[in-house]
Amino acid sequence: MTRISVRVDGVDYTDEVEPRTLLVHYLREQLGKTGTVVGCDTSNCGACTVHLDGRSVKSCNVLAVQADGHEVTTIEGLATGGELHPVPQAFHECHALQCGYCTPGMIMQAVDVLRENPDPSEEEIRLGLEGNLCRCTGYHNIVRAVRQAAGAREGAQA
Amino acid sequence: MSALSERPANPVVGETVPHESAALHVTGRALYTDDLVARTRDLLHGYPVQAPHAHARVTRLDTAPALAVPGVVRVLTAEDVPGVNDAGIKHDEPLFPSEVMYFGHAVCWVLGETLEAARLGALAVEVDYEPLPSVVTVREAIEAGSFQGAQPTMERGDVEAGLARAEHVFSGEFEFAGQEHFYLETHASIAQVDENGQVFVQSSTQHPTETQDIVAHVLGLHAHEVTVQCLRMGGGFGGKEMQPHGYAAVAALGATLTGRPVRVRLNRTQDITMTGKRHGFHATWRVGFDAEGRLQALDATLTSDGGWSLDLSEPVLARALCHIDNAYWIPDVRVNGRISKTNKTSQTAFRGFGGPQGMLVLEDILGRCAPLLGIDPADLRRRNFYTEGQATPYGQPVRHPDRAVAAWDQVVQTGDVDSRRREIAAFNAAHQHTKRALAITPVKFGISFNLTAFNQAGALVHVYKDGSVLINHGGTEMGQGLHTKMLQVAATTLGVPLHFVRLAPTRTDKVPNTSATAASSGADLNGGAVKNACEQIRERLAQVAGGRLGVPPADVRFEGGRVRGLAHDTDEIRWADLVTQAYFQRVQLWAAGFYRTEGLHWDSTVFRGEPFKYFAYGVAAAEVEVDGFTGAYRTRRVDIVHDVGDSLSPLVDLGQIEGGFVQGAGWLTLEDLRWDESDRPTRGRLATQAASTYKLPSFSEMPEEFNVALLEKAHEEGAVYGSKAVGEPPLMLAFSVREALRQAAAAFGPPGTSVDLASPATPEAVFWAVEQARARAAEHGHVAEGFPGMVPPQPNGDVPRYHPRSERPPAEQHALSAEV
Ligand code: FES
Ligand code: FES
Repeated sequence: MTRISVRVDGVDYTDEVEPRTLLVHYLREQLGKTGTVVGCDTSNCGACTVHLDGRSVKSCNVLAVQADGHEVTTIEGLATGGELHPVPQAFHECHALQCGYCTPGMIMQAVDVLRENPDPSEEEIRLGLEGNLCRCTGYHNIVRAVRQAAGAREGAQA
Repeated sequence: MSALSERPANPVVGETVPHESAALHVTGRALYTDDLVARTRDLLHGYPVQAPHAHARVTRLDTAPALAVPGVVRVLTAEDVPGVNDAGIKHDEPLFPSEVMYFGHAVCWVLGETLEAARLGALAVEVDYEPLPSVVTVREAIEAGSFQGAQPTMERGDVEAGLARAEHVFSGEFEFAGQEHFYLETHASIAQVDENGQVFVQSSTQHPTETQDIVAHVLGLHAHEVTVQCLRMGGGFGGKEMQPHGYAAVAALGATLTGRPVRVRLNRTQDITMTGKRHGFHATWRVGFDAEGRLQALDATLTSDGGWSLDLSEPVLARALCHIDNAYWIPDVRVNGRISKTNKTSQTAFRGFGGPQGMLVLEDILGRCAPLLGIDPADLRRRNFYTEGQATPYGQPVRHPDRAVAAWDQVVQTGDVDSRRREIAAFNAAHQHTKRALAITPVKFGISFNLTAFNQAGALVHVYKDGSVLINHGGTEMGQGLHTKMLQVAATTLGVPLHFVRLAPTRTDKVPNTSATAASSGADLNGGAVKNACEQIRERLAQVAGGRLGVPPADVRFEGGRVRGLAHDTDEIRWADLVTQAYFQRVQLWAAGFYRTEGLHWDSTVFRGEPFKYFAYGVAAAEVEVDGFTGAYRTRRVDIVHDVGDSLSPLVDLGQIEGGFVQGAGWLTLEDLRWDESDRPTRGRLATQAASTYKLPSFSEMPEEFNVALLEKAHEEGAVYGSKAVGEPPLMLAFSVREALRQAAAAFGPPGTSVDLASPATPEAVFWAVEQARARAAEHGHVAEGFPGMVPPQPNGDVPRYHPRSERPPAEQHALSAEV
């Protein structure tokens, strides 16, 4: 067992984990953060995407001990002050989800894409989200949602 | 307009509303079955021991070493089963098998305090196997005569006479792959024993009632001792119609034996290696056309790759036969079906349920024959459409064939098809190494379960004293938006705003004896039942309101949470006030609703009847560009017009069309299931067992331009609020992509080149098609020409025709249930 200290969604945790524990399992099983889900186990689907110090990572591909001393944000920590973040808001409005299983990871990845490029083209959105799979929607509305979110943010900043 | 299909003023159905759980999904608060683990105390984890043989006898099973592993609590084996050791309904799926039937078959399950303990325990279990000869491919099965189940024949007219009078007769063969569901949420069940031995199973299942039935028969309990709940699924697509039952039963068995909650959640490798997939098929066919290219006769034998057990293979095959005609009139038809028994996962339901496979056979034939007839493939398809007054080969009149025409015309017009085809011709003339093509294909898909008995549904609607409404119905939510539609139906029937209505998770102790949420019929059936329950309540409330407003109850109108008389100058009552008043008058404020689809009949022994309430239509035009060096391609543009009747929920329906199309394109162009067909010890192993090797559609395969429209003026008389089912039909719109690839590949050869395109049409397959077009030029080895041609194999008369239990006489049915 190894002791780690992590800040997750704004709360500090210190826990004992096995060195082999994956970050996603730590989040789900030890912290009860079930908003982050496991889809493929092989870092192909992106359903488990969270932010590690503000950058997106696939949490099935990161050990919990690697998060020691760092800050993790999950889908559950994205909302601030009861207001929906513009990206989840746009996913909601654009029907960018069906079963919703890919949604948390898709949103976390989209937030990171927009952080790097606040006004991406459709092509850039597709490229940025390429590592996230959705089996239900056919992706069309996801691209729409990210574009809408980019527009909303721009609007808010202007 | 029928009472079922008529909409009141300002209905909530038809409004564009987001998915009912969208707010939960975008904040990570939506719960899936496995999310309950964190909320369940003292939970045990189950882990399977998977056999490393395609076919073998278990000669020794020693669980003692597993029990020595720290944290292992128990190993479940066949001896532990108090009831029937079977995970299916055909008694051919032992839950704990003594004979391994496919590579990865679970022979026993280990329960551990942690998943890791269970995993290590599973590694420690000692099993000796005696390997047996295996049948892995459908061709091997055909050669070996390895079949299972009934072998139906669908016949109309005289196929020999039809072929004899045809101007052109072609014959050929076609084999195409199945498809892995790859729902993003793998199978999961959590079982626990409540007080008094009541078993409660939470399961990611499309068919809670059948999960309940099978858990009960494995445990030797009655149905009323088992409750199954499905919160929601992270995708189903048919893969959770039959397949969840065994895993739920393992969890339930573990829970009853240990007294602790048990979780069985498959990881991705387990899920993909253990659970059934879409059936691949093999087809041999002969087809006849008249001088104008009109279909005269079709003679085909379809052999599905059933895998190791029957599962849903019989009804899947029935649907394949019933859809081989797609949207085309064929006077003389004979189609035989059979199911091969192979040492693979038990192939099962997958969106379309055999329909896509049946239709693919004919679309492939048309795609291959059009150049040989010298007719443009689009013209060939269009001129063979059904017209009013014609019937399908199984005798069902084709209602609204004009809708296929309307959708076709709309796609041609809005998709600018004619001018783009000219551009494509110019592009191809100017480019030697890159070719483009545009193909347009129709879909006609029958809605209802083939089996008449399944076309029933129930609902439970509660109105509480404060006016709030809670609905429950027998359908399950897997992302398709069924719950959203049901909320809209309830709000419409009761005349209240959408936010007055909530929906509770699907449970077998609320609504019993439900059918699977499948066959696209979820909204039709459950919508009918919800509407029926709401109408009962509304009629009772109309009595109360009528008294208070001084109008006849029949003149009371419910709209937007207000209740008034038909004349506009009457008083208004707030919905909540009326409900409270009704409560004090001791009026029943809840109701159970029921619905059964009228007018269906089907006799599968002779393959005749009217099994479908209606047909859903759609048309797609796809344009692709193929690189002649590599076979790599991209989809430049897709235009779709699809018939959903009067949409209950347009946003949901458009999403279903887009998603269905992309999933179909995945099946036909990307997703390549590869099984080890060698003689190595790994024979029968699924080689593509992760998303790293099994290519799913991703953002990069999206059509560059994607236009989807709903067919207008599409009211459907026979369904709830004039709508049509939408879950499955759009999948088959993806035929357009495959046919466009075929045409683009053929464009590398001289005009009139016919190519045989493998399915899936991966870039590699397209490359070989391009090579074929270049090399063989005008020669077509893959299609034989002339009568009588290669006659498909015919049944030898000693195999049973499909005869499901539910169609047998009641006395026989009774005897059968007594057996269980
Ligand atoms: S579960 Fe992490 S990428 Fe799929
Ligand atoms: S919504 Fe189901 S996987 Fe994306």
